[in-house]
Amino acid sequence: MWDYTDKVKDHFLNPRNVGEIEKPDGVGEVGSLACGDALKLMLQVDDHGKIIDAKFKTFGCASAIASSSALTEMVKGLTLDEAAKITNEDIADYLGGLPKEKMHCSVMGREALEAAIANYRGVTLPMAEGEVVCECFGVTDLEIRRAVQESNLRTVEEVTNFTKAGGGCGNCHDRILELILETRKGTRIEEAAVQKPKRLTNIQKIKLIEDVLEREIRPALKKDGGDIELIDVDGDFVLVSLRGACVSCAASQTTLKEYVEKKLREQVLDTLIVEEEKS
Amino acid sequence: MTNGVEGAVVYMDNNATTRVAPEVVVAMQPYYSELYGNPSSMHTFGDKAGKAIVNARQQIASLLGAYPEEIIFTSCGTESDSTAILSALQSYPEKRHIVTTRVEHPAVKNLCEGMDKLTGHKHRLTQLPVSRDGMIDLAQYEASLDADTAIVSVMWANNETGVIFPVEEMAQIAKSRGILFHTDAVQAVGKIPINLSKTPIDFLSVSGHKLHAPKGIGVLYVRKGTPFVPFMIGGHQEKGRRGGTENVASIIALGLACELAQFNMDEENTRVRAMRDRLEKGLLELIPSSMLNGHQTERLPNTLNISFEYVEGEAILLHLDRFGICASSGSACTSGSLEPSHVLRAMGVPFTAAHGSIRFSLSIYNTEEEIDFILDKLPPVIDNLRSMSPFWESEHKGRVGRSGIHCGCNS
Repeated sequence: MWDYTDKVKDHFLNPRNVGEIEKPDGVGEVGSLACGDALKLMLQVDDHGKIIDAKFKTFGCASAIASSSALTEMVKGLTLDEAAKITNEDIADYLGGLPKEKMHCSVMGREALEAAIANYRGVTLPMAEGEVVCECFGVTDLEIRRAVQESNLRTVEEVTNFTKAGGGCGNCHDRILELILETRKGTRIEEAAVQKPKRLTNIQKIKLIEDVLEREIRPALKKDGGDIELIDVDGDFVLVSLRGACVSCAASQTTLKEYVEKKLREQVLDTLIVEEEKS
Repeated sequence: MTNGVEGAVVYMDNNATTRVAPEVVVAMQPYYSELYGNPSSMHTFGDKAGKAIVNARQQIASLLGAYPEEIIFTSCGTESDSTAILSALQSYPEKRHIVTTRVEHPAVKNLCEGMDKLTGHKHRLTQLPVSRDGMIDLAQYEASLDADTAIVSVMWANNETGVIFPVEEMAQIAKSRGILFHTDAVQAVGKIPINLSKTPIDFLSVSGHKLHAPKGIGVLYVRKGTPFVPFMIGGHQEKGRRGGTENVASIIALGLACELAQFNMDEENTRVRAMRDRLEKGLLELIPSSMLNGHQTERLPNTLNISFEYVEGEAILLHLDRFGICASSGSACTSGSLEPSHVLRAMGVPFTAAHGSIRFSLSIYNTEEEIDFILDKLPPVIDNLRSMSPFWESEHKGRVGRSGIHCGCNS
């Protein structure tokens, strides 16, 4: 069973803004029956370019329904320019996180929003004009490149989690890997990645970990009433203790792996493994 | 989770695992406490466990219509499958052809598909297709066999649809060509009569937790005289055919579970079947655009696989879970993969239905009240999800087209 946050469950069981707008100003339709999920997003926009209503219809799993519901809540009251800045990570964060295998549901939300805004403005999205890499799910190279860039993806598995590309027959795996390497080549991230692995002393490692925890991770957790404390560092194993609301949170393991570990790997050492101290 | 009928969970996922029968739990307990001896020990205390295993072997042989010495204890159905197929390939190293089906359990499917990598030898693999109702074509099967075929491995009954294959006939055909025959009978044992003395089947796999015994115990039946190469190498246990200290308590449990299954076979095929049929008829009548997946008659008495078009399986299951109803789905989202069940795809179930498939699998512990409960709770769930689905109102419109790309919805 998937480890869904309470917010995901709430938006799945009590979805907001289900339905259709009679005369929508912008409509975005993405996904398909074959792919297993689809979203039709409708926007009503006032004369000042502000979204005054948003409704959706979704075919899909709990994550797809919750992502769609969250998206409609997020965009209402925003101008089109503000809404256009919403990323799939924003949708996932709004829900308190999604299992990594379900990130494509948040991507579907973002794609539907882009399609609806493009529809309102009467422009064509460039994504559809790319080369179809994944025949099974109809994913283009442009979509893959974008996902790699925006979400700092490194592996075929990660690309599959975010875009579905490569999740079918697997024939496109080599091409996806090429795209990952091409996209990351020359970027700051890749330059860092191709450097020899950092040789850190234990003291340096602990200092860096503490720095990332204080600067970035703890403030984010505190927003939701939680907290985290560094207990020990043993080689690549980072032992932490969760505090406050994180202790009783059903999604705490997702937070540890998908947020804390990811941040520490990005900013300290990409071999770190975060584990919770079991009392 | 809201509880189901009278506060209890409505468990209809018995093809996934079963409740350990209460009598079985009682029978196991002494072997964790006062009778904890090792059956291989040279003392009376250990011998008590050994004698209990002899009795369990007899109980299992009796259910299968086999000789006790044809029963080898394993840890699970998967180990039994691996042992049988690898044994056949090692017994005839000059033969490199495997015949199986497109709808096998991953225990057979993934083993056979990965055989080259596993063994370092090139093999030919024939995966027989199935018809829309999940049945094999015997003529096609016979035509697939050749002098290079080392083993045929075909499940007795499908775990997702319950479709029963004519394995006795298939084994006969293999036998006439001098080819070894294995059947993964994990879903069939205990639900339908099996008499191995009347068929030339060489290997048969059993899993304890599918017939009210605990998890972690299985059986591989090996017909007398069949060439055999062990998979688990170790001590002299199981006459050198499977090393490792016997899982005594679970073996005793499986023995009794087999005896109970024999006793309950009529009930399984009458009362349980009638409940399944009532559930099937009720859901097909109450919910439009729903369809049965699998053969109407050649099917396990406890299994119902039904699709509700234009809705997604995981969403259905999570709503059912709120009512305490346990079932499973062949949808992509429940498996962690991105594609719906390989069984439903092999049957040609359209995407409109494959993603919305639900499997109910009953046991003798289910009641008529539970059937009523599902018939009451499920239709509104489907209605609710369909009211949210962009495909429902514009039924058969096909697709909304991801960024204008054709997705081949009807392929």
